[in-house]
Amino acid sequence: MAAPSYATKPQVVGHYGLRIFVALVCVFLVAPIFAIIPLSFSSGTFLSYPMPGFSFRWYEEVLAPRPWMFTLRNSLFVAIGATIFSTTLGTLAALAMARKNLRSLPVINAFLLAPMIVPLIITAVGLYFFFAQLGLTNSFTGLIIAHTALCLPFVLVTVAATLEGFDGTLVRAAQSLGAPPLTVFRRVILPIISPGVASGALFAFAISFDEVVVAVFLAGPTQRTLPKQMFSGLRENIDPSILAMATLLVVMATGLMIVAGLLKRRSERMRGLSG
Amino acid sequence: MAATTADLKQRLRRTERRRRLGSLGLFAPSVIFLLIFFALPIALMLYRAVQNPEVANTFPESMAAIQQWDGEGMPGEPIVAEFAQELRDARDERQLSAPGRRLDYEIAGYRGLLRATAFGLPDEEPEASWTETLIGIDPRWEETQYWQALKENASPFTLDYVLTALDLEWAEDGGLQWVSEHQAIYLDLYERTLWMAFVITLAALLLGYPIAFLMTNSSRRVQGILLVLVLLPFWTSLLVRTASWMVLLSRSGPINTLLVNLGLTDAPLELLYNRFGVYVGMIHILLPFMIMPLYAVMRGIPHSHMRAAASLGAPPLRAFRRVYLPQTMPGIAAGCLLVFILAIGFYITPALLGGNEDQMISYFIAYHTNETLNWGLAAALGVILLLMIFVLYAIFTRLTGTGRIQMGT
Repeated sequence: MAAPSYATKPQVVGHYGLRIFVALVCVFLVAPIFAIIPLSFSSGTFLSYPMPGFSFRWYEEVLAPRPWMFTLRNSLFVAIGATIFSTTLGTLAALAMARKNLRSLPVINAFLLAPMIVPLIITAVGLYFFFAQLGLTNSFTGLIIAHTALCLPFVLVTVAATLEGFDGTLVRAAQSLGAPPLTVFRRVILPIISPGVASGALFAFAISFDEVVVAVFLAGPTQRTLPKQMFSGLRENIDPSILAMATLLVVMATGLMIVAGLLKRRSERMRGLSG
Repeated sequence: MAATTADLKQRLRRTERRRRLGSLGLFAPSVIFLLIFFALPIALMLYRAVQNPEVANTFPESMAAIQQWDGEGMPGEPIVAEFAQELRDARDERQLSAPGRRLDYEIAGYRGLLRATAFGLPDEEPEASWTETLIGIDPRWEETQYWQALKENASPFTLDYVLTALDLEWAEDGGLQWVSEHQAIYLDLYERTLWMAFVITLAALLLGYPIAFLMTNSSRRVQGILLVLVLLPFWTSLLVRTASWMVLLSRSGPINTLLVNLGLTDAPLELLYNRFGVYVGMIHILLPFMIMPLYAVMRGIPHSHMRAAASLGAPPLRAFRRVYLPQTMPGIAAGCLLVFILAIGFYITPALLGGNEDQMISYFIAYHTNETLNWGLAAALGVILLLMIFVLYAIFTRLTGTGRIQMGT
C-alpha cells in the first residue's frame, strides 16, 4: 500500500489522497448497511443511539406469524415461482443469443432487455390495468407472471455472459461423435453453463424477493409480500422490528453474494478462463 | 465436381436456415411471454393517454348528435331529449360514476349535477319539454359551459391529457397556449427529474471512478476486498438500504448526534424528507451501477500504457489525462447512461426520503393512478417518461453495443 520510494512529494500526496478518498467512499457504501444492525437489538422503541439496553424483543416480533412470517412466506413463494420461469425462458434465449446467427439479434436483444430499462412504475401500472381486466390482480399467478417478466433480462444477461467464452468446438465434437441434439445439450452444454444458469437464477430470486413497486400495485392482502410490508411500515412508522427484519435480509444478501462469487469462479474454471 | 460444390453449398444453406429457425424457436418463448405480459399491457396503458371513453360511451347517441351543435346558447330540444333519456338509462345501469368523474375535471361540481339530475328525471315523457325539465331540476343546465363540457368530451379520443402533461391548454381562438404560471406543474417536474438524475449521475461518477481505478490497479487482495465492498450494497435489498438512511439521517439519528456532540451544529440538521436525503439515498443505491461498467472497461487497459507515458516523460496527471482517461471513456459513458436511466425512473427512494418538492415523474404516475384516479393523465406522464428512457437507451446501445450491460456477480 505504501507509495514507491522513488515517488516525488506530490505523487506521495496523490497516492495516499486517492486511498483515503476511496476508503471514505467505501465507508459510505457499507456503513449504512451495518449501522442499523446494532439498533435492531435495542430494548427501546426509538431508533436512536445510545440504546437503552440490549434485547431480542424485535426478533421475537419478526418471528411472529403476522405480519412478518406471513409476508416472508408469500415473498419466498413468489420469488421461487418467478425464478423457475424466468430462468427457463432466459436460458433458452441466451442459448439462441450465443448462436449469433440472426440478423434481427440486436432488436430481439433490446426488446428482451426492456423490462430492466423501463421504469418499474410504468410496468406496474400497465400490468395493474391489464390484470384487472383478466381478474389477475390480487392473485399469486399475476404476481409471479409480473416478476418473471422483470427477472427475465437479468437471467439472460448473466447466462449470455457465461456463454460468451463458450467453446463451440465441444458441441461439434459431440455431434461428430454421433450425439443427438438433446444429448449434446444435456451432456456437454448444460454442465458448462450450469454455474451461469445458477447465478442467473440467484439474480432472479434476489430481484423478485426485493421487488416493491409491482407488488404494491398487484398484491392484495393475501399476497402481501415482505417488501410491500416493509414499504408501508417505513411510510407510516418505523419500529425496530423492521430493522430486525432488515438485519436478517443483510445476512441473506451476504449469503447470496458469496454463492454468486463461488459460482462465478466455478464458471470461469469450467470455461478454462483461469486456473 | 461443379455439381457437388453446388450441392454442398445448397445443403450448407439448408443447415444454416434450420439453425436460424432453431434460434428463433429458442427466442420464441421469451419474446411471446414479454409481448403478452410486458409490451401489450404497457401499450394499452399508454393508449389511455389519448382515450376519452367515459362520456362518449355512456351517452353514445346524444354525444354523436351534440358534435353538430355550434356551441352557442343551448343545444336543440332533440339533443337534450336524447341526452336526458341516456342519462336515465345510465342511472338505471349504475354507469354514472365514470362520466361524472371525467366531467368533474372540466367543471368542478359536474359530478354532483349529473347525479342529482339523473335521479330527478321522470320515468315517463315529461309534459313540458326535456330542456325545461332539466332546468327545472337544476338551473345550471341553462349555462352554456355545461353543454360545452359535454361537447368537448363527445369524441372517444382526446389530446387533453397529453396537453395537460405538457402544461398546455386550448386558447379561445382554438390554438394552444401555456397554462398560467400557478397552474403549471409538469414542465418543472421534468426539469427537476432530469436535474436530480444529472446531479446523482455526476456524484456517482466522481465517487465511483477512483474506486474502480484502485480496484484495477492494486494487489489481488485489495481488489477482492473492494469488490466485496461494492457488491454487498448491490445485493442488499433496496428497502433495507433506504431504511438505513431513514435511521441515519433522522433528527435524532447517529449523524446528527455526532454533529451536535462534536459541537459542529447547535441544533440537529434537517437531513431527511428533503432533497439532500434523496440525493444521499439514490447515490448510495446507484453507485455500484456506475462502478461495474467502469471496472469492466478499466480491466481491459494494459498497465504498460501508463508506464510508457511516464517513461516518455509525462508527469502522472498528464499521463492520466492524455492516456488513461480517454481509454476509460466507454466505461464512463456506459456507467453514466445506466445510472441516469435508472435514476429518472426512481419511485420508492424519493417517496421515502424526500419531501413534496423532491418527487420525480414516477411518483406522479402512481399518484394519478391511485389517488386522483386520473388515469389518462397518469398514462400521458408515462408516455413522456418512456420517451425520455427510449432516447437514452438508444444512445446507450449505440455506445456500448447491446447486451453489454454489466451487472454484479
